[in-house]
Amino acid sequence: MSDEVIRFENVSKQYRLGVVGTGTLSHDLNRFFAKIRGKEDPTKKVGVVNTLNSREGDYVWALQNISFSLNDGEVLGVVGKNGAGKSTLLKLLSRVTAPTSGEIKVKGRIASLLEVGTGFHPELTGKENIYLNGAILGMTKKEISSKFDEIVEFSGVSKYVDTPVKRYSSGMYVRLAFAVAAHLEPEILIVDEVLAVGDAEFQKKAIGKMQSVSKSGRTVLFVSHNLTAVEQLCTRGILLQNGMLKMEGPIHDITSAYKKASVNENELRRSGTRHAEFTEYQMVDTNRKVIDEVFLGDTFMIETRFKARENIDYADLSLDIRNDSNEFIGHITNADDLFEIKSMDKGEEKKVSIKIKDISFAPGTYYISVWLGNKYGTFDYIENCIRFSIKQGDAFIQRPYPFDKRAKTVLKSEWMFD
Amino acid sequence: MSNSLHNRPNEPLRQENWSMVLRPKRSLFEVNLRELWQYRDLISLFVRRDFVSKYKQTILGPIWFIIQPLLTTLMFTVVFGNIAGIPTDGIPKILFYMAGIVGWNYFSTCLNDTSQTFIKNASIFGKVYFPRLAMPISIVISNLVSFVIQFLFLLVFLAYFMIKGIHVSPGIEVLLLPLLVLIIAGLGLGFGIIISSLTTKYRDLVHLVTFGVTLWMYATPVIYPLSQIPEKYKLLVLANPMTPVIETFKTALLGTGSVNYLQLLYSVGFTVVLLAVGILIFNKVEKTFMDTV
Repeated sequence: MSDEVIRFENVSKQYRLGVVGTGTLSHDLNRFFAKIRGKEDPTKKVGVVNTLNSREGDYVWALQNISFSLNDGEVLGVVGKNGAGKSTLLKLLSRVTAPTSGEIKVKGRIASLLEVGTGFHPELTGKENIYLNGAILGMTKKEISSKFDEIVEFSGVSKYVDTPVKRYSSGMYVRLAFAVAAHLEPEILIVDEVLAVGDAEFQKKAIGKMQSVSKSGRTVLFVSHNLTAVEQLCTRGILLQNGMLKMEGPIHDITSAYKKASVNENELRRSGTRHAEFTEYQMVDTNRKVIDEVFLGDTFMIETRFKARENIDYADLSLDIRNDSNEFIGHITNADDLFEIKSMDKGEEKKVSIKIKDISFAPGTYYISVWLGNKYGTFDYIENCIRFSIKQGDAFIQRPYPFDKRAKTVLKSEWMFD
Repeated sequence: MSNSLHNRPNEPLRQENWSMVLRPKRSLFEVNLRELWQYRDLISLFVRRDFVSKYKQTILGPIWFIIQPLLTTLMFTVVFGNIAGIPTDGIPKILFYMAGIVGWNYFSTCLNDTSQTFIKNASIFGKVYFPRLAMPISIVISNLVSFVIQFLFLLVFLAYFMIKGIHVSPGIEVLLLPLLVLIIAGLGLGFGIIISSLTTKYRDLVHLVTFGVTLWMYATPVIYPLSQIPEKYKLLVLANPMTPVIETFKTALLGTGSVNYLQLLYSVGFTVVLLAVGILIFNKVEKTFMDTV
């Protein structure tokens, strides 16, 4: 059970962006000259974070310094957003392409189901395709023959087995393809997104098959956006983010981290060195109850919690407040109150709450960005991470009609005759 | 279960028996022919697929294998034999051209088909691993099947002319035929996989191949006998490794022409070197071609 069967050692994979063929020759020459001068390849600088919407550079790191290992009989779920590097990881493992650096070590025969139905030929009959597809996936004719009946029965298309697959409905096609793949018997099975196909009943059957495969002691690497399926099948998981290994552990921890991350970080822009980073931030009322709505003139608090990843001398914390037209309305920093956040040791965590008194911005929606850093740079900056709204109410100003939307702040006033 | 994954490199190296280590680049000479052998079933299924799928939904079926060389032969007979009047060493024109065409066809189909290995199969190669060489090898074998059919057809013609009493006498060189077929397959495969490896990144060569193969035919004694070559072109034609092969092929079947064993040896040597170089290049490209194709 504790026998290691797969080990990734600092695996990275680089892809070129844009159209191959324009400029490749000059890049090749560039590389070549760098190589003969004994310099580092100018296009291979590890360390640039891969996000789908950054448009800098011609090359992108789909995976960066991935290290993990997998023991015999484990079912590992690979979880991550689109573009996190899941498919690249499986492609490397299934030998479709080679890593740019690092090593992958494997014990045993690998078969991959990167997409079912690979190599199906429309003109050939179901039977002929079972053999062809099986052989492409690495089975011998003998193995296929011994499983042929089982495959046909599992697929449920026995009536059409002598019909060219181009006459199949797309559902039949996929079922036949999955049936072949499901009857592979490699020591290590790689699965990507196959459960997205077929009707509900077939999906159930497919998950059942996968479960029995994993129970039979085979090692499985499973990638899917279907978190329920991942949780059902896998025991352990890894979470990929922007090509990096973010987390590794029991599958439920991974999926819940992923769910949390996909709620928050999908829209969040976050930057900084992360020498210290926010772990929590929320808006609460004076009774420390979480809120997202206040009335003009109210007093409320922002609770933050942050953790040092390195030793730091001191830190400043500030809040930017913007309205929903992204106009900068307010700024608060610890120095305003002569509050000091002194040196923190690596791993140390601090909680800081900021009380904001008598809010007097015009009614509307606001976003708070939290910043942590010092004069040398930004540790962690999370843009617009707290959203709240200010209602007019009647405690601060008592006019019985709405406040003018063009005004940005409300001035508390007293009126009198002299 | 181990959690200290990132500290691995500090661990003392213990003896490990990994069955496979995937690295960025493999050494130039790491060619895994044993693995190819394990996939022999796949090769035979590819051959079967090619053969079956080519003539599905046609009425004439495998007869198409014969029609194509037959029509080409007739055309050559009219154009080069009757109109241009190129001599054929006293051999009946049809027989002379057909022998040349059947031999040359095998070479040109092998080269043309294998030269697109990476581009045409990118969708399969992008999803599953199998030794990539299985693909061009299966192409060469399935073309061999059509060659054999065409060759048998040629033998029927030969028999017909012999019965009619026209002087054609297959020589002892017939024994060389298997070697000739091997050389043709080797040259076609060798050039094909080199071109396919070079075209994964730059497609320029693709445009040259079909055209180039046609031109090449005219530099090979397919439609003319070697004896008709003017002295100043002789070197060019003799440098062509296909020349002695086609010439010997014709000599073996028709009994004219000449067999120069030295030249034939040159072709064999050329083929061996070409194949070795081709497999090395192909092997180097196959690992990462998916990123550039």
